[in-house]
Amino acid sequence: MDAPQQHEITPWERVQRARHPNRPRTLDYVRAMTDDFVEMHGDRRFGDDLALVAGVASFNGQTVVVIGHQKGQDTRENVRRNFGMPHPEGYRKALRMFEHAEQFGFPVLCFIDTPGANPNKDSEERGQANAIAENILKMAGLKTPIVACVIGEGGSGGALAIGVADRLLMMENAIYSVASPEASASILWRDSAKAPDAAKAMRITARDLVELGIADDIVPEPAEGAHTDNVATIANVRQYLQKHLDELRKLDTDTLLAQRYNKYRTIGRYQEKTQSIFQHEHTEPYHNGNTNN
Amino acid sequence: MKELIRRTRKSFTSGDRQSDPQIPDNMWAKCPACGQIVYSRELEDNMKVCPKCGYHHRLSAREWLTFLDTGSFEERDMHLLPMDPLEFVSLDVSYAEKLQQAQKKTGLTDAVTGGVGTIEGIPLVIAICDFSFMGASMGSVYGEKMSRAVERAADLGVPLLTINSSGGARMQEGLISLMQMAKISIALTRLAAAHQPHISLLTDPCYGGVTASYASIADIILAEPGANIGFAGKRVIEQTIRQKLPPEFQTAEFMLEHGMIDMVITRSELRAVLSRLLRLYRRAPQPAPVQHTAVMAS
Ligand SMILES: [Zn+2]
Repeated sequence: MDAPQQHEITPWERVQRARHPNRPRTLDYVRAMTDDFVEMHGDRRFGDDLALVAGVASFNGQTVVVIGHQKGQDTRENVRRNFGMPHPEGYRKALRMFEHAEQFGFPVLCFIDTPGANPNKDSEERGQANAIAENILKMAGLKTPIVACVIGEGGSGGALAIGVADRLLMMENAIYSVASPEASASILWRDSAKAPDAAKAMRITARDLVELGIADDIVPEPAEGAHTDNVATIANVRQYLQKHLDELRKLDTDTLLAQRYNKYRTIGRYQEKTQSIFQHEHTEPYHNGNTNN
Repeated sequence: MKELIRRTRKSFTSGDRQSDPQIPDNMWAKCPACGQIVYSRELEDNMKVCPKCGYHHRLSAREWLTFLDTGSFEERDMHLLPMDPLEFVSLDVSYAEKLQQAQKKTGLTDAVTGGVGTIEGIPLVIAICDFSFMGASMGSVYGEKMSRAVERAADLGVPLLTINSSGGARMQEGLISLMQMAKISIALTRLAAAHQPHISLLTDPCYGGVTASYASIADIILAEPGANIGFAGKRVIEQTIRQKLPPEFQTAEFMLEHGMIDMVITRSELRAVLSRLLRLYRRAPQPAPVQHTAVMAS
């Protein structure tokens, strides 16, 4: 599961790689690994959000729904794409496509790559929180398989809004965090310059998240990062998506939903006292994941 | 109703908190909204709504249970304790120490109190956030207690009332805290299958993971007047757009105007509205869906 490593890469170095401007983006993956891609637009309520792309495509001969955040390769494209930070209409376009997948029995492939959901006045007025919440609930009960891969930055609720999946894959240099290292540093260290420390302490790397029982697999990248070899990177992602999708396709719907329920229902660490509240002994730690503490 | 409140108050408010009616300081309270000084006693009798300006003070879980007069409320899952999964330390303070401080300050183990009770004789499951415990940030215990409350309501075939307030994620638990949003939401699929309503009351303040998950997709969403409710914090938005936001932005009234909630409701009206809703959604307990007309349980 662990990718081969030449040297120990720090979490902060991985943050740089995860945000590298030349890293392949959602549409690069979709165009290279699927046939007959048809992009769909609009949420049918307000508008079309270019920060989130969605459509249908043929993946190894089977029709799938693809959904992903879309960052740009240059400044102009990034402004057009709002740096991959969706407004509510982006998430509602995704919701429409989740419903579409269920209606036609298509599996869903999600590509996560966002600094977070767009935080501005318009987004609040149009219900950013509601849009994210609706998607999480929809994915929780979706009757077709969902495989999500964090291909770059997984930014908090804006990532989770397309990230509740039967399998969550992390690319070797991808990060996924509850707040960006900079924001974490300014909140918890009161100094945004402490971002490298926060990147380490918050445990945001692929390996961290497998250990915490949140991510299921790690997709290896070329030695110097995904941006150094798009072709090899995309081939790896394709292979891992295929492997997990093949496993999930063997499950009937009830088993699929039961496994998804169990996967999310057991994420967390707490202890539950088996004795009276006044006795502090006899505590039983509960945890999932692969760590032994 | 005031009679009932007086009668039940003792059983919940005494002993649990550091604050004590004997301490003279507590005779007076300064309203954080209008700055006026009011008698604590007057404030208490007014359900902690400022008699001068109507500000709805934040309530502890115990105070909510008292004000709602939830019959013979039985707390559940009180033995769940938070852990420190990341062994997190920042600015020389560990998360473990922060938890201890919060536990000592509040007398709570974590931010959520859950259990079963009744309102006007109708049984329901209630889960309440206490903002005084680390800003009711959503960590593993929050997620687990809320999920168990949802599942309990589904299993018992009774409605769920969540009284929400939260500053957002429990950052010291890293991505585990974010995943609690998915965890509670997946539990809600069971409540939906049981055809029991989730009533969400948004109180001051509700931000981040709570509004971006279960609290914003309830079957019925109520909010207290003036409560601050939003996804991103005002400061974050002001930094992004580089301008000041109007004072009504992200209030309960703003949410109502933009179609995000069903009603803004004062604390004094709450119990009557909850009772009415519970009566309207009442159905015979049914483990499996039945086709014929349900028989009303008495
Ligand atoms: Zn006042």
